Amino acid sequence: MTPPARQPHATATLHAPAARVIRLPAALKLAVALGLLLLLVASPWRGYAMAGGVAGGLLLVALVARLNVIELLKRLLLLEPLVIGVAALNLVGPGGLDRFLPLLARSSACLLVMVMLAATTPFTEMLGVLRRARVPALLLTVVALTHRYLFLLRDERLRLQRARQSRTFARRRGAGTFAHSWNALAGVVGMLFVRASERGERVYDAMRARGWR
Amino acid sequence: MHIPDGFLDGKTAVATAVVSLAGVGFALREAGRRLPPRRVPLLGLTAAFIFAAQMLNFPVLGGTSGHLMGAVLVAALLGPAAAVVVMTAVLLVQCFLFADGGVLALGANVLNMALVAPLAGYALYAALRRLLPGERGRLVAVAVAAWGSTLLAAMVCAGELAWSGTVRWAAAFPAMTGVHLLIGLGEGAITTLVIVAIRRARPELLPDAAPLESRAGGRGALVYGLLLSAALALFVAPFACPWPDGLESVAARLGFDRAALTAPLLAAPLADYRVPGLPAPGLATALAGLLGTLIVFGLALALARALHPRGAGAPAATGSAPAARPARAPSEG
Repeated sequence: MTPPARQPHATATLHAPAARVIRLPAALKLAVALGLLLLLVASPWRGYAMAGGVAGGLLLVALVARLNVIELLKRLLLLEPLVIGVAALNLVGPGGLDRFLPLLARSSACLLVMVMLAATTPFTEMLGVLRRARVPALLLTVVALTHRYLFLLRDERLRLQRARQSRTFARRRGAGTFAHSWNALAGVVGMLFVRASERGERVYDAMRARGWR
Repeated sequence: MHIPDGFLDGKTAVATAVVSLAGVGFALREAGRRLPPRRVPLLGLTAAFIFAAQMLNFPVLGGTSGHLMGAVLVAALLGPAAAVVVMTAVLLVQCFLFADGGVLALGANVLNMALVAPLAGYALYAALRRLLPGERGRLVAVAVAAWGSTLLAAMVCAGELAWSGTVRWAAAFPAMTGVHLLIGLGEGAITTLVIVAIRRARPELLPDAAPLESRAGGRGALVYGLLLSAALALFVAPFACPWPDGLESVAARLGFDRAALTAPLLAAPLADYRVPGLPAPGLATALAGLLGTLIVFGLALALARALHPRGAGAPAATGSAPAARPARAPSEG
């Protein structure tokens, strides 16, 4: 097994190569993010000014650092339904809108903080911060492996699905469609687990060969 | 079910973080002690697998779709402690890489999806497997456990939101349980189908009765049991009793100011506990819950019967033959 190629992390598309924010220490960025989150959560209930200020400030930083702001906002919008969904539970009952709007503003600002953090901090550096924070080694190993094989297994799943479709196991119309497609998809997931566990064995051998433990 | 930042208040964030730290810490110790080193990479690969599987959408009626959560799948495949570690890793990566689920809410999210879901699911699974032997028993146990774990995680999630005063319990509880009653059915069906597919392709990957670490499970069961009861007692029990009438009227009477909301939510149930006898709404809720559980159990039996007909000793393709056979053909590459 050849040594794994360097994983292009998910943030690769988000920044111009020379963006300076990305070279700041991860611990500092994490601390700033946590501080901003605490500030937002502790702000008065109708703290639109605080939410707006934090969001505006972050966007300004993103612009100055020449991050891909469009991509940032896209990612924000992608996650926004979750926030709206929980906040919308407040619309039921008296005074719903009065609770819905502040909650939405605050949580969206929090979400922007997290999106910015994820976009400017390579995951491996985040792992380094967690290691220094004395997160147990077993958990860190598992998290690192998860990150390493996440994209690989996603592609593996796409290959499995494509193979299945090319053998005309496409969705069909009429009776039995539902059970048919669920059965087919479950087959893909099951096979994916089989392959993941086989790869796990190989990875273990490779890690041992390189002196792990 | 990922709670974003900004929805939990200080006391809830701290309380959930403390319970989660204790639970994950214990699970890590158990896994470190009982797991052979050869299986450690498998945990990471399984977490990545859960990620990839969660991206696969299963069509539901009317153009909507749902996806697997996977807590019970992992627990049934690798055992409870490993499942806790795997689900925690999934949540950490989701939080820090994809900003899915908040950092301040990480404790709550870990509690719901990495502790309550796999542990309660595993407890259900193990109990049902003891009651129902054989392959069909395994399928029924998996289906019911996956459903129950989804529902329970949603209930704890609703409790946390209500405890924070962000959403009223009277709104959060019916919405969360109602939706997850149905989502849980999907979770149960997918999990069962995946287990069947794995058994058909590679039966040796499925542990028999006792997966990995559950044999010496006396202390583990005790600690996990305590953890689950703590989660339920903290976040669900304070609200559960007088639902829905009592709380709804109290909340309506006292208005919807946030500061005013937190206090009566906690005080009202205590006042009601002093009433001797079971209040009628509580009884009705309990009966409805019992009925729902029985229906799910029946559905799980029917599913298991369809997937594993009587006399099918060796794993064989069932139902519509081409459809049921998984992609076993060599498609490596």
